[in-house]
Amino acid sequence: MNKEYETVIGLEVHVELATKTKIFCSCSTAFGSAPNTHTCPVCTGMPGSLPVLNKKVVEYAIAVGLATGCEINQYSKFDRKNYFYPDNPQNYQISQLYLPICHDGGIEIETQAGTKMIGIHEIHMEEDAGKLIHDDWEEVSLVDYNRSGVPLIEIVSEPDMRSAEEVIAYLDKLRMIIQYLGASDCKMQEGSMRADVNLSVRKLGSKEFGTRTEMKNIGSFKAIARAIEAEKARQIDLLESGESVVQETRRWNDEQGYSYAMRSKEDAQDYRYFPEPDLVPIEVSDQWLQKIRGRQPELRDQKYKRYVEQYGLPAYDAQILTSAKKLADLFEEAVKLCEKPKKVSNWLMGETMRLMKEHSMDPEDIAFSPVNLAKLIVLADAGTINGTVAKEVFEQVFANDIDPDQYVEQKGLKTVNDEDALRKTIAQIIEDNPKSVEDYHNGKEKAIGFLVGQTMKAMKGKANPGMVNQILKELL
Amino acid sequence: MNLLSLTAVELGKKIKAGEVKVEEATRAALKAIEVKEEQVHSFVTVNQEGALKRAKEVQKKITEGALTGPLAGVPVAIKDNLCTKGMLTTCSSKILYNFIPTYTAEAVLNLEHAGAVILGKTNMDEFAMGSTTETSAYGVTRNPWNTEHVPGGSSGGSCAAVAAEEVFYALGSDTGGSIRQPSSFCGVTGLKPTYGTVSRYGLIAYGSSLDQVGPIAKDVTDCATVLEAITSYDKKDSTSIERKEADFTSALVDDVRGMKIGIPRDYLGEGLDSEVKEAILAAAKILEEKGAIVEQFDLSLVEYAIPAYYVIAAAEASSNLERFDGVKYGYRTKEYQGLHNMYKKSRSEGFGAEVKRRIMLGSFVLSSGYYDAYYLKALRTKALIKQAFDQAFAKYDILLGPTAPTTAPKLGASLSDPLKMYLGDIYTVSVNLAGLPGISLPCGQDSKGLPIGLQLIGDCFQEKKIIRAAYAYEQSRIYQHSPLADQ
Repeated sequence: MNKEYETVIGLEVHVELATKTKIFCSCSTAFGSAPNTHTCPVCTGMPGSLPVLNKKVVEYAIAVGLATGCEINQYSKFDRKNYFYPDNPQNYQISQLYLPICHDGGIEIETQAGTKMIGIHEIHMEEDAGKLIHDDWEEVSLVDYNRSGVPLIEIVSEPDMRSAEEVIAYLDKLRMIIQYLGASDCKMQEGSMRADVNLSVRKLGSKEFGTRTEMKNIGSFKAIARAIEAEKARQIDLLESGESVVQETRRWNDEQGYSYAMRSKEDAQDYRYFPEPDLVPIEVSDQWLQKIRGRQPELRDQKYKRYVEQYGLPAYDAQILTSAKKLADLFEEAVKLCEKPKKVSNWLMGETMRLMKEHSMDPEDIAFSPVNLAKLIVLADAGTINGTVAKEVFEQVFANDIDPDQYVEQKGLKTVNDEDALRKTIAQIIEDNPKSVEDYHNGKEKAIGFLVGQTMKAMKGKANPGMVNQILKELL
Repeated sequence: MNLLSLTAVELGKKIKAGEVKVEEATRAALKAIEVKEEQVHSFVTVNQEGALKRAKEVQKKITEGALTGPLAGVPVAIKDNLCTKGMLTTCSSKILYNFIPTYTAEAVLNLEHAGAVILGKTNMDEFAMGSTTETSAYGVTRNPWNTEHVPGGSSGGSCAAVAAEEVFYALGSDTGGSIRQPSSFCGVTGLKPTYGTVSRYGLIAYGSSLDQVGPIAKDVTDCATVLEAITSYDKKDSTSIERKEADFTSALVDDVRGMKIGIPRDYLGEGLDSEVKEAILAAAKILEEKGAIVEQFDLSLVEYAIPAYYVIAAAEASSNLERFDGVKYGYRTKEYQGLHNMYKKSRSEGFGAEVKRRIMLGSFVLSSGYYDAYYLKALRTKALIKQAFDQAFAKYDILLGPTAPTTAPKLGASLSDPLKMYLGDIYTVSVNLAGLPGISLPCGQDSKGLPIGLQLIGDCFQEKKIIRAAYAYEQSRIYQHSPLADQ
């Protein structure tokens, strides 16, 4: 029956911007500090306090707008959205309704079905709310205003998506663009990227939209995909059984795998929006806009092309390396230092990916510096350490960002190139393993591998493998 | 010598000359407060200990030569909607009965830097909503000229304190006439500056796009001097404007020759008390005799100012006052079930009737479906009113008229009919809507012996013109002390 229906999805994506200070005061935006330590009269809504706009917020919003093909409103305003809730110290949120900073853009997504344009209705700036903490032991709720006033942009899409796959592709692309711009780290786990999903279904071929529901603050891409599937099925079931969909806000419970209604349109609040009188309109001059445009970094698609052309990387490598800004930055920094693009790519595509998977990490969680990766590559390439040692050292780089030069020195991991010492050791190995020597002379090529292994073991893995082979053959 | 009969600048000179000690002036003011408060009730909080301590510090700085300004050492009273660090700030509302700010309003800080000694916080209409100072949760303030009458409002406490000579000068705030109208009723001088001249940081907002802090004093010289001290470009207030030529005292010149003064005919029409009208026209005559060119003209849209003002101010107030919810500070109801009930009871019990009336009015005009018909229309009206003033100022240097249609009404007479009370703001609100500077100064008394106020209005940033005209007019008369001042 699902085939008769089409799902129509629009997204409202909230992104916390990477400014050092809050949107309307100079408090720090740092995450994870003791409650109410990054607060002042402004972000706690003290009487008589006034907001002052952080210009960096405007620049980030415009940068995202430009990167998503939006028109920029060079005359833009803030409005107040009024609602009572204790995480909102003024009981109004400063947001933009009438004249948002960016509008009418879109981004191209890629799915199995090919490429598709998803429209962006608008991007507006607003302040985040504080955080409520409900104490289970005592009958109290506490509020932490550290997050109050952290800058957000809300990216409102057109209802252009038709499946969970398209939604994920859109979110992925959006995340990549914003990360590339440095406008946000877009970590869903930490809440620096949050999505509200507006979804309706309609009979295939119908021009009219169905009644939509909104699911708020879903915590991960996977949860979003599950929520979409479940909500789609729920709405179709309703229609099939002759009932109708109620316009409402629903909360998705990912553990239980179902959503429940939070409030219907009838109880929808009237936010009584009106122009924020404490702020002056934002006037973006041509020069300012030009400056922001000039600072736009290379975005993913351009970078991908360049990696293939400039560095001669395989398309697959370029694809993976540009899939996260963190990886691309690491790659470029390390290449700058060691000038071995293919080698850097190999370390990132191979060992780095393996360890990330082992520790279920995202690229953003990578903690080692490009300097240390470059040093390792130089050591391995010069034959100062052999391949086995290099992998061992890399694990230390990955885990603790150690300096490979120092580490190799301290641990005495340098490849031994002392021919006399090697000859002595190998002579001893041949003497100790007559059976293998015999096998070798009888044409069993494998036997030499065993002898190499024994030599390496005796040399604690530090012998130069080429030299070992050569001397072994010679002595045999 | 009665120190309190001096103006702020006169006292400042004596302090500078070493003839009067700061502590002596402070003690004299505290004594006057002690004696007169029972009759006038200008203050919500008297900062006795703090003021005496501060007096000693300021005296030391003056003696050392570190403080030399004209207001150094002069005691001042602050309207209770301006935040003062460590000192109770209530907005005359029960909902802020225990609120002690962690910071001081920029305008007050500027005065402190000029060496002011803060005597206390003055009574006002609750959250500056009212024209009589009767809506205060802490009791009414009485008019020093006749304690059966109101002092006007909302800066009634500040004006009464100056008129009763409990203090040398005061700060007030003016959203729709709240400095000028009580100045008129109390026979003192009050100035509302161009919007953006004095920082609003730390002024507890009523109507953010209209609010301005300004001086209240015995004469024009004091007002110009205080305005010069509190004017500052403040980056903490986005609506603050960097003023060039903020040397307001340079306009204290008795010369209006060639100055073009327009009297809006609509300001002399129906509803204006005949004695007030007579006094205003007499004042205009004096300026004319001094060489000004005075003529009457038609200022359009006067009748739309009050509805536009009450829509805009109430809309902003309904939002500005949302933060008073019992969660973070101020009054919280004793018993409640759940969050919603706590909000509802705290706000119902914490706010007075006039504040609730304006919150409801403001919430209504911003509601979806009504926004265009009321709020948006009021904003358009505001823009048209500004245009009408622009046209007037293309022809005239300043405008002249009454501050209020009548002298101070009796206690209790206004509250029974709020609409009538709102109509009393007819000559003052349009000045706020257009962001203009205005001054009210005494120009006589009616047959009941109550003061009449003359209002002079300037174009944006033209404070100096109204100060000059006001100063010139003031030279033609002698300052009248209120009966309470003479006690």
